[in-house]
Amino acid sequence: MTDAYTRFTRSAPGGALAKQLGLPRPSKLPRRADRPEPVLGPVVVLGGSAGADEIARLLLHWGADVRRRFDELRKIGSVIVVADEINSPSDLGPLVLPLGSAMRSLAPGARVITLSRPARGEDPAQDAARGGVEGFLRSLAHEMRGGATANGVLVEDGVKLDAPGVIGALRFFLSARSAFVTGQLLTVSTDAGSRTEDDTLPLAGRTALVTGAARGIGAAIARTLAADGAKLVVLDVPGAGTELARLANELRAVPIQLDVTSAGAGERLVGVLRERGLTLDVIVLNAGITRDKLLANMTADRWDPVLAVNITSQITLTEALIEAGDVLGERPRVVSLASTSGIAGNRGQTNYAASKAGVIAFVDALAGRLEPLGGTANAVAPGFIETEMTARMPALTREVARRVNSLQQGGLPIDVAETISFLSSDEAGGIRGETLRVCGQNMVGK
Amino acid sequence: MTQHDSPRDALILGGNRIPFARSGGPYAGISNQDLLTAALDGLVARFGLQGEKLGEIAGGAVLKLAGDLNLTRESALGTPLDPRTPTIDMSKACATSLETVIHVSNRIRLGQIDSGIACGVDSASDSPIEVTPRLRRILHRAFAAKTTGQRLKAFSAIRPADLAPVPPRNGEPRTGLSMGEHQALTTAEWGVTRQEQDELALASHQNLAAAFDAGFFDDLVTGYRGLSRDQNLRADSTLEKLGSLKPVFGVKSPQVAEPSMTAGNSTPLSDGASSVLMGSAEWAAERGLRPLARVVDARSAAVDYVHGDEGLLMAPAYAVPELLDANHLSLQDLDFYEIHEAFASTVLSTLKAWESEEFCRERLGRDGVLGSIDRAKLNVAGSSLAAGHPFAATGGRLVATLAKLLHERAEETGRVQRGLISVCAAAGQGTVVLLESVSD
Repeated sequence: MTDAYTRFTRSAPGGALAKQLGLPRPSKLPRRADRPEPVLGPVVVLGGSAGADEIARLLLHWGADVRRRFDELRKIGSVIVVADEINSPSDLGPLVLPLGSAMRSLAPGARVITLSRPARGEDPAQDAARGGVEGFLRSLAHEMRGGATANGVLVEDGVKLDAPGVIGALRFFLSARSAFVTGQLLTVSTDAGSRTEDDTLPLAGRTALVTGAARGIGAAIARTLAADGAKLVVLDVPGAGTELARLANELRAVPIQLDVTSAGAGERLVGVLRERGLTLDVIVLNAGITRDKLLANMTADRWDPVLAVNITSQITLTEALIEAGDVLGERPRVVSLASTSGIAGNRGQTNYAASKAGVIAFVDALAGRLEPLGGTANAVAPGFIETEMTARMPALTREVARRVNSLQQGGLPIDVAETISFLSSDEAGGIRGETLRVCGQNMVGK
Repeated sequence: MTQHDSPRDALILGGNRIPFARSGGPYAGISNQDLLTAALDGLVARFGLQGEKLGEIAGGAVLKLAGDLNLTRESALGTPLDPRTPTIDMSKACATSLETVIHVSNRIRLGQIDSGIACGVDSASDSPIEVTPRLRRILHRAFAAKTTGQRLKAFSAIRPADLAPVPPRNGEPRTGLSMGEHQALTTAEWGVTRQEQDELALASHQNLAAAFDAGFFDDLVTGYRGLSRDQNLRADSTLEKLGSLKPVFGVKSPQVAEPSMTAGNSTPLSDGASSVLMGSAEWAAERGLRPLARVVDARSAAVDYVHGDEGLLMAPAYAVPELLDANHLSLQDLDFYEIHEAFASTVLSTLKAWESEEFCRERLGRDGVLGSIDRAKLNVAGSSLAAGHPFAATGGRLVATLAKLLHERAEETGRVQRGLISVCAAAGQGTVVLLESVSD
């Protein structure tokens, strides 16, 4: 899966040449299989608030090697900056400057996480400090080396730092599952959700539907959710039926051949679920297509299918599943696929970006619709991911696309899948209508 | 396994096939083994058979490479089924997978096995191409040579004409006539008109299209290589379009006054694979599988087409009455008729024979005619003219389709439904099967 340039820079002469010329030298990103431990130790918890003490206790409970100062540590695995009680911009310096001296001691694949509260438009000085965390975090992520990442959790006022959503986000960002997520801030808006004690099978006992599952990112999502303990229902267009059947055989999943844009697709899905006696706890709306053209050359036959598959089908499917009344489990989780193109826009993708920006707004509204059911909805926005689809891009465009992020490489389908698994978990109940980027901090957009 | 005094039921539990493609189409370059594995993978996924050890898998292909000796075994080993599932390869031209259904059914009925898969595959795009018999003998002589001199001598006998490849024979070995040319004679003999043939072809396309539109094939077909429907299907076909095609068979035959068989009312060369899951009532119940139909009985017949006594594809006209008599049924007692459309005129000649006093008396030795059938019950979900005809895959397609039709209708009406499958085959043979609905 590693691209040719990255393989070259990892050879001795290639690495020397890239260093000499100042070219990108992408680091290997440790993933779950490479680093199964939940926390890369030692972990240093910065900050003197009650919240910081709470977080330190939690990490001790997880069996981590927890420190409160850098002291003379030669190697640092993880750093958590707890900034939940800052009140003015001047509070930031004393909190984060100690990290500066420790930057060169960060281990490969290290994790830095800020815990802070979002600005709320009330107290100018406090909001300035709270807002400042974002700028600090995003810049810090650009400075990370060796496959290390930096992410932030924004905890709404009134939500405690030991809320399931905060713990879930912390667990995800600390783990190797967030390998390609960096420079992102994720908001936990309520204390909904429940804590998972068994992190090895966070989706045990849950049934998950993945659309567009036959190949690429969809297949990776299905495999990851299955590995996390979920029972899978995999769906794709009839033309991909045999690939879908083979995935179903591998995962012992239920295959459903269905064109999600066909008339009555939602009702047919509900019919199959009822026939099989299945209720869905997790719905991953992954089915998506591209039909790129400049707007000047855009025709309805390129515009319409993209909107129909990428966003309209999501609306009709979720509506049918909710309306049916008997095919959703308790605490349903919907995770939809957005894209960095939907955030920053992309030349030649007016149709695709419209659909994906639509997804970002859609999940926010859907989260509200699912709230009475104890559920939530979120999205992930992949950046450049190494798939069959991106392998077909023109070589130079592809090479540029995979380097313009802080990790200087493309992500893997499993990176998207891991993020979706996290947002599907019970712990993620307090995360509502968020779009989490899986892009290695792509230079485009926010 | 226990001995039964009266045979127990062999139940059709469902089926799976890949969409049939036209030869040289999306499945070009894909082997029989890959196509059959795909059909079996879809069946395993549909019925959750991963890791299951079945009693037997019977399969086959007509256009079979010499290296595909154990085609069914090799295909099965590529699926998630228990690798200890035994297999058998069988062959009877276009009736191959109907015969595999009968084989598995008989084994289940006798208590030898509790479950099985009957399947078949063919790829006209990947058919064997052989060398000339003369070159083959020269090569064998060269391989057997003990000295270089002997070997060179053997090779020196090769002439340019020996190097021409020999594609699969498209004609009957004993008459030299292709199947289409044979059927053109039968068509003329029974006075089957062009109009009748085109109407039957049109009905096949319309019925198949309607069945796909209604979702009838949702649990019978698994898409493959981008195809989700049979490639040959022309939902928008019309009598005018069919009528505009030029006759291709019988055009050089002096016995055929008005050639009428066109590419539109004959089946195209096709690629595809089909499979049928079968089991005993107990085996199905243990797995929560809902039986669709049971195999009641089967017969086969052969005709002397070599000496011109009977048309090449007329054997089912003889096998069906025998099957009906054995089960005390009249031709009109059936609720569905699946008569394989090798050519539209094959179906029509067979129907005309059963309506003929002379044929029924002199050929079948009966007192009266078998009579006509209600054409609204014929090939109601389309057949080979629309779907295509990958030879050894057609029987499996017919059995799974009919089993589902019978089950659905029985559920609707609350009455037992019976259906007939009739398949003609090369070399003057035919196989017919009687199925009966099983409802919940």
